[in-house]
Parts: sequence; C-alpha cells; structure tokens
Amino acid sequence: MTLPIIRLSGLDKFYGEFQALSQINLDIKTGEFFSLLGPSGCGKTTLLRAIAGFETLSSGSLQIDGLSMEGVPANKRPTNMVFQSYAIFPHMSVAENVAYGLKARKLPKVEIKARVAEAIDMVGLQGFDERASHALSGGQRQRVALARALVLKPRVLLLDEPLSALDKKLREQMQSELRRLQRAVGITFVLVTHDQEEALTMSDRIAVMFDGKIAQVASPQILYGKPSTRKVAAFIGMMNFLDAKVLAASGDNVEVEVQSLGKLTLSLEQATGGLNGCDSVGVRPEMLTILTGSQTSEREIEAEVTEVSYYGDMTYYDVKFPSKEDPITVTMRNTAGREVLEVGAKARVGWSTSSLLLLK
Amino acid sequence: MRGKIGFFRWFIGFFLLFLYAPAMLLPIFAFNASSIVSFPLTGFTTEWFLVLFTNETLHLAARNSLLIAITTAIFSTLLAVLAARASTRFSFFGRRSIMGFVMLPMVLPEIIIGVSLLVVIIQMGFELSLWSITMGHILICTPFCIAILSSAFMNLDKSLEEASFDLGQTRWNTFWLVIFPLVMPGIVASLLIAFTISLDEFIIAFFLAGTEPTLPVYIWGQLRFPAKLPSLMALGTVLLLVSIGLLLIADYFRRRGIRKTGIENTGGFL
Repeated sequence: MTLPIIRLSGLDKFYGEFQALSQINLDIKTGEFFSLLGPSGCGKTTLLRAIAGFETLSSGSLQIDGLSMEGVPANKRPTNMVFQSYAIFPHMSVAENVAYGLKARKLPKVEIKARVAEAIDMVGLQGFDERASHALSGGQRQRVALARALVLKPRVLLLDEPLSALDKKLREQMQSELRRLQRAVGITFVLVTHDQEEALTMSDRIAVMFDGKIAQVASPQILYGKPSTRKVAAFIGMMNFLDAKVLAASGDNVEVEVQSLGKLTLSLEQATGGLNGCDSVGVRPEMLTILTGSQTSEREIEAEVTEVSYYGDMTYYDVKFPSKEDPITVTMRNTAGREVLEVGAKARVGWSTSSLLLLK
Repeated sequence: MRGKIGFFRWFIGFFLLFLYAPAMLLPIFAFNASSIVSFPLTGFTTEWFLVLFTNETLHLAARNSLLIAITTAIFSTLLAVLAARASTRFSFFGRRSIMGFVMLPMVLPEIIIGVSLLVVIIQMGFELSLWSITMGHILICTPFCIAILSSAFMNLDKSLEEASFDLGQTRWNTFWLVIFPLVMPGIVASLLIAFTISLDEFIIAFFLAGTEPTLPVYIWGQLRFPAKLPSLMALGTVLLLVSIGLLLIADYFRRRGIRKTGIENTGGFL
C-alpha cells in the first residue's frame, strides 16, 4: 500500500579487493521492526552504516522515503543511530545529551525543553535529567542513547547491536521494552544483531545475511519454519540434517531417498528454496518425539541415546540413527510423569513426513 | 630472601638520595646567610631573594624566557593537535614513518640540534634572535606534545564523533562541541609540558641566542661570579617550585581527562 521507507537496489560495497556487500536488494516497510541478522563479518553492520551515511556505496542505490541518498551526508539524513558503544557524550548530562540533536536544529529553547522531558519520560529515565552520563549503568546509557535518537523523530531508527553489552536479564527486559517503544512511536526500526533469538522475538521481518549477501528475508515464523537454505536453517535455531537424494518429481509430489529414513514422498512445498540442487532433509529437534510405552506416531525409527542434557523444563537428547554417523538432536518437554532416558538406552523416535524440509 | 629485600631498600634509598639531595641543597643555601656556598650554615636570610627583585638583567632574561616558553607552548601544541589528530584518526601513505620522523627530536642529542640549527640559520642569513630560539624549542617540544595529545585523541571513541554528526551537527561544530572539550585536558597538559621544557632549556638557547639571553643562559653566565652564587640558589629555588607546580597541574588535567572519558588510569608521571 505505502512506499517502502528504505529501498536498496543493487548495492555493492568494496574495501579494496574485499567485497563487504554484494548486490543487496531490499525493501524495508514503513513502521516495521526490521532486523539484519548474521554472523560477525557478514556485512550487516556495514549495511546499517551505509544506510546511516557513514559508508559510501561502491555501486547501487539507496533511497530513504523515496529520496535518493546519494551525496547526502549522515547529518542530513532522516535517520538516527543507536551505537553499539552508545556513544553517550561523557562531558554532558543526560538532558544535554538528549537535547544535542535538537540544539543542532536550532529549535526554540522552550520546545527543546519540552521534547527532552518527553523523551526522557518515554525511556523511563524520569529524574535522571541532571545525572552526569559517566555515572550511568549500561542499561541507563542504552536508554539515553534511545532517547537522544528518538527525540529527533527520525523516519528510521538504526540500532547497531544495542543489546550486546548488557547482561542476559537486562537484555531480555530491554528486548521487550524496545518492542514496546517501537510500537508506541511507530518509527521504522532497523536492528543489527548476531543473536537469532533476539531477532526472532523482536522483529516483524528479518534479513539473514552471509558473506555480504542476503540469504533470506522473511517473518520470524517463516524464517524458522521454512528456511530457504540449509545455511539459514542451521543459523536460525537448531536443525538436524540427513543426506537426501531427489529421485523423481511429478506434479506436487517429490520422491526422495533419505538417509536412515528410506524412500519418502514429500510435497513440493517442503522444498522451501526450490527443488534445484536439494541434497539434504532437515528436521527441527522439537518435531521429533521419543515415544514411550504404547505411544505411536505416523512414522517411527529405532535409535540409541548417546547424550542427555537436562535443562529442567526440557531435555536435549542426542540419538544415533541407524546408518548415520552424526547424532540427531531431539528435544523433549519434561511434562509430568515423563521419564528422562539414560545414555545407551534404546529409544523409539517418532516423526512425520510433513515436518521434513527439503534443502540445498 | 631477607638479604635481597634489604639490598633493594638500600638501593632505592641511595637512588632517591642521589636524585633529590642536590636539588634540596638549592633552597637550603638560598636561605643561608653566608655568601659562600658551603657547610656549615651560618644563619637564615631572605636577602638573596630580595636581590632577585632588583636585578634588571635577570628580569630581562626572565621576560625573554617567558615569552619564548609561552610562544613555544602555543605553537608546539597547535602543531601537535594537528599531528595527533591526523595520526590517530586517518590512515594515509607512510603514516608510521612520518610520525617516526616527527618524534625523532625527542631522542636526538640537543647539542646536535643546536649546532645544526645554528649552521642553517647563519647560512640562510638570518639574525640570531628570540625567534631563532623559539623555533628550536618548538622543534624539540612538539614531539612531547604529540605524545601527550596522541593518547588523548586515541582514548576518544570514534563513535562519539559519528553520533554527533548523526544527530545533525556539522563536522566543524562536532569538533568544538565534542572533540575539543574531551581532549581539552590533554591540550592543557601539552601546553604546560612544552612551557616547562622551553623555560629551562639551555643548550639550544645557548647556541641560538643572539644578544638577548634566556634565563638558563643568564644563569650559566652568572656562575663565573662566586658572589652571585647565593642569589642563583634563590633563583633556582623559585624555578624548581614553578616547574614542580606546573608538572602537578599538567598531571591533574591529564587525570581529569582520563576520568572524563571513563578510561582506567594507566601510568602518568605522578
């Protein structure tokens, strides 16, 4: 319906011989919480910095709000950034930090004061206005950085691994708070992270990047449920892989020969990245069940437990399938009465053909 | 084990004694009533300090020295800010070797610098003056200033600059609003160090002085007259206090700068 707020087309970035970004084509929708996810060195931060105006493009175009950003410096772009180190000005108080961008715009003093107070309220730092910024905790610095950027009402807020410096508890709290804040202000957020869990819980859509290329752009559910390649599947959550060979395809059905599981008929939809070049079958650990007593499943396979990791609410089993070297991981919820198996025990593993993905 | 610790105690004791005892003699004899500098002390007097107040040549030399020291401090710091900023923020061809050559005067014997500057200035047909001394001092002070300012600029998180730019500020204002206040303590320290070095520098001043001597050159000239010795002791006492005072102030600013940027304090002179 509306134009994308950010449109990247054919974007390349070289550092000398090294290609940091290659042929990035991406539309980010107005008002969405978008994440750039990938391992370190995949180019996600470079891409974010290119949007902010800190990196010049080698080729391709970048449009923000329908306007080409070519030759537009960072201080003239409708974007603001929350830096990984927060970059809070250490010689200024909280209020002075938040007012910094407003002062640069030469707004009237009364308006600056009102907007600063509003922004400080919004991030929950009431009463900290005059606090020196070096006397703040990590979480508080993060909030100052957010307030300082959001007070300018940018079209896009760019966040460079904003939570990586926080401890686990605080990180989880800030995740939901960031999400709440994003819904409240309605500004497009573009987040860079290497933490797949963080990306899944916070984002409307995620772009997974490897080696300077975008591998898949999708919602968290689709990314997890229907990853388009084996690499994406392995990066997002856990995934077991079995060698597979496509025997025949007719209409909606695909005939495959799968290691340990034998000859199967899958639907074409299960080849999420297309049928070409598919050589493995993936299945999520929670899609497998260890059957007890008289329980039955659509399909069953005999396996041996080789490793047990007990997590309280869950148990992670490594089991060995016949004719497969590497173990297969099965996660089981520890519901009432369920017995935790021991290493060496024989297990019946239940599975279904519909939970398999055909991947390349 | 005990013997070893005992040895080191003695070692440190003697080391400090040799280092500071001569300097301690200055104030002792400055207040000694006898005009002969030797023990035993004969009585307390402030006469030698009063002599300093009435000596016109001394005042002129002191004025020359202050003029040179202030000019040197300002210009060395200015040059050092540019060099430190360039070497810490930008990478350019031959950066390491250029910085190496810039820092070289720090380890070159001053007598070599003095002689070669003298030859160059005479050959180029310039008169020896306060300006020639000032230029020599800038040459030897700049490396010290660069060393101080490089660490000030290096401690500066690059994303602070980017944040300022990102928040809509211009590069010029970013320098004055963010970078300058944060390296200010380093600049103050650099000014004071250059001032102190220039104030008591002798060799270069001796070679490049024309008809107007600096304070150290004047002192050296006075040493020929034994009667002047006690008043020189008084002058030395004053200079000693001024130098220590300036160093303390310089280090105070350095520490304050470190606290501001929130970095652990490592090293420093005091």
